[in-house]
Amino acid sequence: MTEETKTASSVSIWFFIGLSLLVNGVLILGAGVYEVVQPPPEAGRVVLFGYHAGVWWGALLAVLGGFYCWHFSPKRVAK
Amino acid sequence: MHLAVLVLSPTTLVHLSPVDLAIIVFYFALVLAIGVYLKGRANTGEDFFMAGREMTAWVAGLAFLSANLGALELMGWAGSAYQYGILATHWYWIGAIPAMLFLALVMMPFYYISKTHSVPGYLKLRFGEPARALSAISFAFMTVLMSGVNMFAMAKVMQIVLGWDINFSIWVSSLTVAVYVTLGGLRSAIFNEVLQFFLIWAGALLIPILGLTEAGGWANLKVLITQRASEQYVHLWSGLGSFSANPMGIHWTGIVFGLGAIISMGYWTTDFLVVQRILAAKDIRSAEMAPIIGAGFKMLVPIIVILPGLLGLGLLPMKLVPESVATVTHGYSYNDVLPLMLARYCGPGLLGLGITALIAGFMSGMAGNVSAFTTVWTYDIYRPLINSKGSDHHYVSMGRWTTIIGVLISVGTAYLVMRSASIMDYVQALFSFFIAPLFGTVVLGMLWKRATGPGGFWGLLCGTVSSISMWAWVKVDPSALRYVALSPDAKALAQDMYQALWSFIVCVVVTVVVSLATKPLPDSALTGLVYGQTEIPAIGDVPLYQKPLFWAGVVAAVFVILNIIFW
Repeated sequence: MTEETKTASSVSIWFFIGLSLLVNGVLILGAGVYEVVQPPPEAGRVVLFGYHAGVWWGALLAVLGGFYCWHFSPKRVAK
Repeated sequence: MHLAVLVLSPTTLVHLSPVDLAIIVFYFALVLAIGVYLKGRANTGEDFFMAGREMTAWVAGLAFLSANLGALELMGWAGSAYQYGILATHWYWIGAIPAMLFLALVMMPFYYISKTHSVPGYLKLRFGEPARALSAISFAFMTVLMSGVNMFAMAKVMQIVLGWDINFSIWVSSLTVAVYVTLGGLRSAIFNEVLQFFLIWAGALLIPILGLTEAGGWANLKVLITQRASEQYVHLWSGLGSFSANPMGIHWTGIVFGLGAIISMGYWTTDFLVVQRILAAKDIRSAEMAPIIGAGFKMLVPIIVILPGLLGLGLLPMKLVPESVATVTHGYSYNDVLPLMLARYCGPGLLGLGITALIAGFMSGMAGNVSAFTTVWTYDIYRPLINSKGSDHHYVSMGRWTTIIGVLISVGTAYLVMRSASIMDYVQALFSFFIAPLFGTVVLGMLWKRATGPGGFWGLLCGTVSSISMWAWVKVDPSALRYVALSPDAKALAQDMYQALWSFIVCVVVTVVVSLATKPLPDSALTGLVYGQTEIPAIGDVPLYQKPLFWAGVVAAVFVILNIIFW
């Protein structure tokens, strides 16, 4: 799916998407881990706080984004 | 006490943390970077207006879907799901899937072979200049006006949800869109639409996952909804036997013939805003596959739109009310259900991603409107009617300037709506007037070679006028709804369905009558434009799993199964 969304010297759209998922994933994972280490007071917690959605969702986005960044990186695609 | 309740101050629904703001700022930086990066690839008319016609089926298909997946769409239909139950899913399934498959298999070959730049461009080739002028002028101006209305509505949402100043929201979002579309043209708009698609799923998918966990699964959620509302809120078809037996006040004929056969066909096959994405595909197989890919994902969108509305109905401690009541009582309206569910489950970071998804949806919708306006203005109004002798470079410059002017008109419309809210209703109604008759004109043009230029023009005009007349009739005399929508129990949505059906019929009848009374076009003038006069290029010797017909069959089968499951 990459060939026509780039030119010889261009960056694939999928790389930009990977970058977006990676940065957002890392930020969300960081915020999630901080909440595990430093839990907010009971009254300030979201519903199902114990599931720590920020941790696993952030990790999932970061892994997916990292894979896209690697697979569609301009250097790798140019080879 | 949960955070969802804690953060709900009288003025804002949610409060953002620094990490949420960092995610939003990163999104703005990324879309601007994409625009700057793509500037070097928007030098010719084909590049700027048609993205070089080199998009793969995946990119074109996701952009095709994303152009329709705006923030107001997400919030509005989540609110409708809270208000009407699972019936709102009809707008995603029967109100989209058959039309997308019809576009892919029947109409796309003609759009693609004719090498037109736009839907009005096809009307020029098939029916002549008058039909194109009528369609282009109405589309161009309605598009930027709609963009302005959406801009104001979104700024209002940002004010309510986040407490942001309306002027700040309007100018930051519109200037960002102006920069990246002016620099990168349609390619930039499409890239950002694909990015938005991923952000929306990343930002919204947690709500149904955590919501169903809290509810104890779909079966338990149905029990909760039945206790709080009624059993009809969880059935797609079983309550549509009469107008009064379902929360929407609609009959199955309105859903099937009005929504499925006319409104959705009109929107998905002739609204240039969405069709433009497919025209940018690299070859005919990609152009046919793109709407099928879009249809496959469209069937999944209720998971992040309808399900949160239903979860809100089953789980939220407070009762949501219509917007008009919420304004008076300072309560929460149906349209607030998605932000409320975001606040219920999403802590720092996740909340920022959810809000970014809403902002991205709004901005890419606006970019879609502006890029479609730019193409239609330049190719279908400016070039044929004002300056037909310009160079390619001149038209690209015109496209860039038109993008800026289109954004400014949108901003002006947003401020106009701010001064008088009733303008919003009129503009939204105006836009709907053109869709159903335009579908009648285009589909007759493609499938019936006897249709003539005068037939196409007068059919389109009479269909549009009939639609406006019915709307005005009900506006002046609300009891006229019993005639337009066939029942005094019908509600506003039912009126839209039947109004579209009648205006389509008027368009078809007038087109047929006038065509039969006028001189037929020679066959040579119809080559590449009409079924029976056009040799559709073979897709090539590809395996079964690469054939559009195969995947259309798969999507159609899943569509039928889903409707049976949720009957």
